Amino acid sequence: MTPTRKRRLIAVSLILLAVAVAAALTALALSRNMSYLFSPSEVLAGKAPDGSSFRLGGVVLEHSIQRAPGSLTVDFVVTDRFHDMPVQYTGVLPDLFREGQSIIATGRMQDGHFAAREVLAKHDETYMPKEVADAIRKAEAAKKARASD
Amino acid sequence: MLPELGQFALILALLLAFAQCALPIYGAWRGNTALIGLARPAVAGQAVFVALAFGILTWAFLTQDFSVAYVAQNSNLSLPWYYRFPAVWGAHEGSLLLWILILNVWTVAVAAFSRHLPGALMARVLGVLGFISCGFLLFTILTSNPFLRHLPALPDGNDLNPILQDPGLIMHPPMLYTGYVGFSVAFAFAIAALLGGQLDVAWVRWARPWTNVAWAFLTLGITLGSWWAYYVLGWGGWWFWDPVENASFMPWLVGTALIHSQAVTEKRGSFRAWTILLSIFAFSLSLLGTFLVRSGVLTSVHAFASDPRRGIFILVFLGIVVGGSLLLYAVRAPKVAGGKPFALLSRETLLLVNNLMFVCAAAMVLLGTLYPIIGDMLGIGRVSVGPPYFGFVFPLLMLPVVLLIPFGPFFRWASADWSSTWRALRPALVLALVAAVVAKLVFRHAASWHAFIGVAAAFWVGAGIALYALKRWREVPAGRRYTPEMLGMILAHFGLAVFLAGVLITQATSVESDLSFTPNQTQQVGGLDFRFVGVQRVQGPNYLADQGTVEVRSGDRLVTTLHPEKRQYSGQQMQSKSDIDGGVFRDLYVALGEPLGDTAWGVRIYVKPFVRWIWFGGLFMLVGGLTASADRRFRARRSARDEAVPAAATATA
Repeated sequence: MTPTRKRRLIAVSLILLAVAVAAALTALALSRNMSYLFSPSEVLAGKAPDGSSFRLGGVVLEHSIQRAPGSLTVDFVVTDRFHDMPVQYTGVLPDLFREGQSIIATGRMQDGHFAAREVLAKHDETYMPKEVADAIRKAEAAKKARASD
Repeated sequence: MLPELGQFALILALLLAFAQCALPIYGAWRGNTALIGLARPAVAGQAVFVALAFGILTWAFLTQDFSVAYVAQNSNLSLPWYYRFPAVWGAHEGSLLLWILILNVWTVAVAAFSRHLPGALMARVLGVLGFISCGFLLFTILTSNPFLRHLPALPDGNDLNPILQDPGLIMHPPMLYTGYVGFSVAFAFAIAALLGGQLDVAWVRWARPWTNVAWAFLTLGITLGSWWAYYVLGWGGWWFWDPVENASFMPWLVGTALIHSQAVTEKRGSFRAWTILLSIFAFSLSLLGTFLVRSGVLTSVHAFASDPRRGIFILVFLGIVVGGSLLLYAVRAPKVAGGKPFALLSRETLLLVNNLMFVCAAAMVLLGTLYPIIGDMLGIGRVSVGPPYFGFVFPLLMLPVVLLIPFGPFFRWASADWSSTWRALRPALVLALVAAVVAKLVFRHAASWHAFIGVAAAFWVGAGIALYALKRWREVPAGRRYTPEMLGMILAHFGLAVFLAGVLITQATSVESDLSFTPNQTQQVGGLDFRFVGVQRVQGPNYLADQGTVEVRSGDRLVTTLHPEKRQYSGQQMQSKSDIDGGVFRDLYVALGEPLGDTAWGVRIYVKPFVRWIWFGGLFMLVGGLTASADRRFRARRSARDEAVPAAATATA
């Protein structure tokens, strides 16, 4: 083998090895860490995975925020305007969290309510995450379809 | 009247940008020196009009001209004057104008500092920069005009988003954009070399200082952004793998690969085609970043309510730039692998590994960032991959880089000697292992093994580079020991060591807790006593705040008194302002949550050891990048061979 060929062979095999390792790692990490977003309607229809973590998107229902005085645990309802889902969260809420604001909560189902470990509200108060808007639109479409049945 | 002048200036700038693009490139093709000579005047003219437009918009903010819709949306009467400057780039239209202004600053700098370069090459470089400017000016004028009137004028404006009312915002976007846009210079040099068919290594030498400066500013921009997110967003984190952060991080990763591959191409002639390709990728990712941020296709903490037409325009422009340059690359790229041969054990091989890892990492970040869009298109639902994905793959891809980095300077070009390198680096390895054991004892309460891995990695990289600096000091006569290029490398690599220590120690030893406090209650966090005194109302220049007072004590000694705030701005938006007691070895971070009924308040308390080292590391890299680009080799006049393009060179002289 000429030196040039040898050098190229080394370079090519290095590249292939690196790409293969990176691809395998990436595929593994992707399949493990996919996180789906569901609306309350979809959760109630049984589409959300049982017992495992997912994201719940929707609007904080007006007059639904409740907390025991002095406690960091807060209960509220997330709605897509068709179905409601009670949510419980312990901790400091984001600045923009308020009634009527669209949020995305990450957590899992527990005894009929959604136990959130993270609650995100977006920085732009007029902004509704595309996922939440879509989820609300989807719930609307599903209701219409049912109404016409 | 003035805003219309601004609009008019933008249109004139567009015409000049078109002239700057078309005429010199055509001139360089036909060998027409008159047309080649037009490049510099067109650059100067365009820059004057863009600066005029930017100045007029700034003036509109300073004088609070609410008849301009953009001003009315992003400012109001109570906005302090020092926030009226950053308000100019506080939203879409103005930040685009800032993008164009910075592109013009770069172009003027290239035109001014490259007088010794062959005229035809400069004509093509300035022409490509003109093309990019053309695209963005057209975009501004057609879809995002900052000078649109809102008549009759409003009595008062809306407000600048409170989250942006912070000193960090004054610096962060301009620095970030300077980096982003700076890669357009490396891109322009690469395209000019392809257009002219002069694929020798000369263009790389001329492009290198520009790439280094752009990379340094991008590093600073990302560092400032991370620092800003840390103390403004109130989450106490420094990196969230948010799509917009990723948008700036991808060009950085490819840019890091690029500055290393440029070094190989310039010094050894290898990796020529690869360097061109990386130049194209780095700038394409900058454009993609602009698209991701501006189009709102991804859900992000930075998401702006957006206009789909804008997204489509940038996407088309991105398609033209990426598609066109890749096509040109396919036709013109060097077909024969050039350069001097190298052995398996050589600096070239290590830099090849560096390039592979950084490009793989950029591809991995790209995949994760675009995954929601891909999932949407494939119809598998609303999927996103969050920090767990990035946090798992990225460190694994960077592991070989960290392990191999100390070998880089010790390995010689072409063929390295393993045993002498090993002898030289053994002290670093011993030091790293000892430090890890010591760290294990010091951080025995740490939640994870990251702390001592971090200490070991930091000592391995830091001591490795220090040993190299020592070797140069011993073996090379005074005056030639450290060229600026080498000093820059040493500083940047040392910055990595500092950064690694910061990241991993913070991750392992931070204490984060959300607590409920009643006034005068004391609770212990991370071995310190936090006493919550109470909350009182205070009036700021344009907000009303609930200000908490928290006293921190270590035993009987008062460490500090912190005043976190919860501010209510006129736009009804709440904004937390955390208060931080910063130090080299630990930060105390207190943010005020919401009232919990009765007299209790939610309070978020973080104790974060070594967190500042993350940004110190970034600053080292910044200084390193700037130092390297100051190397005299880059500025020295070229040899007679390079200046042998006779007519063109004299035309611009």
